[in-house]
Amino acid sequence: MSFLQPLISGILTGGVYALAGIGMSLVFGVMNISNFAHGDLMMLGMYLAFFSFTLLHIDPYISLVLIIPIAFMFGYMMEKVFINRVIHHPHQNQILLTVGLGLIMSNTALLAFTSDPKILTTTYSSSAFNLFGDISVSVPLLLSFLITCLITVILYLFLSKTATGMALRATSQNREAAQLMGINVAKMSAIAFGIGTALAATAGALIAPTYYIHPLAGHSFLLKAFTICVLGGLGSVVGAGVGGIIIGVVEAMSSTYLSSDWKDVIVFVIFLAVLLFRPQGLFGKKGGQ
Amino acid sequence: MLDIKNLNAGYGEMHVLRAIDLTISQGEVVSVVGSNGAGKSTLLKAISGIIKFTGMITWNNESLSSLKAHTIVQRGIVHVPEGRKIFPEMTVVENLMMGGFLCKKDQQKNLERVFDLFPKLAQRRTQLGGTMSGGEQQMLAIGRGIMGNPKLLLLDEPSLGLSPLFTEVVFGAIRTINTSGVTVLLVEQNVYQSLNISHRGYVIETGRIVLTGTGEELLNNQDVKKAFLGM
Repeated sequence: MSFLQPLISGILTGGVYALAGIGMSLVFGVMNISNFAHGDLMMLGMYLAFFSFTLLHIDPYISLVLIIPIAFMFGYMMEKVFINRVIHHPHQNQILLTVGLGLIMSNTALLAFTSDPKILTTTYSSSAFNLFGDISVSVPLLLSFLITCLITVILYLFLSKTATGMALRATSQNREAAQLMGINVAKMSAIAFGIGTALAATAGALIAPTYYIHPLAGHSFLLKAFTICVLGGLGSVVGAGVGGIIIGVVEAMSSTYLSSDWKDVIVFVIFLAVLLFRPQGLFGKKGGQ
Repeated sequence: MLDIKNLNAGYGEMHVLRAIDLTISQGEVVSVVGSNGAGKSTLLKAISGIIKFTGMITWNNESLSSLKAHTIVQRGIVHVPEGRKIFPEMTVVENLMMGGFLCKKDQQKNLERVFDLFPKLAQRRTQLGGTMSGGEQQMLAIGRGIMGNPKLLLLDEPSLGLSPLFTEVVFGAIRTINTSGVTVLLVEQNVYQSLNISHRGYVIETGRIVLTGTGEELLNNQDVKKAFLGM
């Protein structure tokens, strides 16, 4: 089998991982909180895409227009009601809170949607086309990747050009100094959490057409998003983007050349190796907190 | 202009400031001098709303006790923190723009004002803040403060860790800023330099004000000479 096949499918899947990682990294950067509910927010995104397809007959990619603002508001409110209460507390309190919120979400989903996996089948779900003769490219994965690129570019422009985006970066680089500039850091935290949630839900919606949708789907993605953040350097948005692609490629390579049972093992070996040898991550500048 | 009565503040269980009384009038340079750990930075943090306090801080007849830090900046009190705290991954211009976050319409005018004051910053527009030297970062931090159109500028140890050359530049800049109509509250360990440019000063020791007077009076005071100036 060609070496290019796992490389290309790895990059395409990695793009969606990157989106999940970027959301987590942004929240960590601005709020210094590791959001352990991130995977469950992705799961909610999957169900949102599923129900807008089955009930409202909206294509999962088009439904992002609805999912992104809904998820943003959800995250914004979640920060206002819960997360901001622990923002100056020790990390273990923050972990307990976000793990707890995640459990509430996944168990509510279990009650409401049962543990039967759901499948979102669109007309193009299993369609693919051939590149260079023998490399098959999945249409939904390619679409997801392109949408991811678009969203990443928009996010980049937002963070580097707009006043709110710059204020978010300032808060992430020095919270106290940001306050002294007249930036409302509490509001920035809520916005960051809203964006993080919107990115998680978007990643969920993007993988919904190619993945089993079930209430506990978020857990494996949480670990991936966390690995990506550590790999890229916690708080680094660019690092998370690159980290996502790397993890996607590593997974695809190990499934092809070893076996798909080994892909998670390889990913976590990388995770541990990064923690041991380069704890600040590939792009990180701050020391690990 | 700024009136502080019976101010007590600290961090959690730790009381740092006890019964501080202090006033600043329009156009003055007032210094608060004292040794490390006397509570000087805590005083500035209480004024700018970074930490909570009991007692009274009034600014042009408005109490600051219930205002959040970002609202206090809107009132014209701008705090240049100890250790510069510039944004390391932003360029010089971006750092300055953050300083002007609340007064975007004056941004261009204020940028020119900062570049006039510190021509060196004008040459470094696109350099990342984190890659600058301590002295350059201090210029940037003060410049960033000016971008916020301050009526009262709070400066926390602007000469800390600077070479004598940069110290001269910084104290010269403080004079210029004051001449342009900005009231300055300066907190320093460099007692001689700061009292020298101040109209009035306060000496603070373990959280209490122990002495106050004009800059000249304090410089000639025997206790100040003995404790801080090594004379």
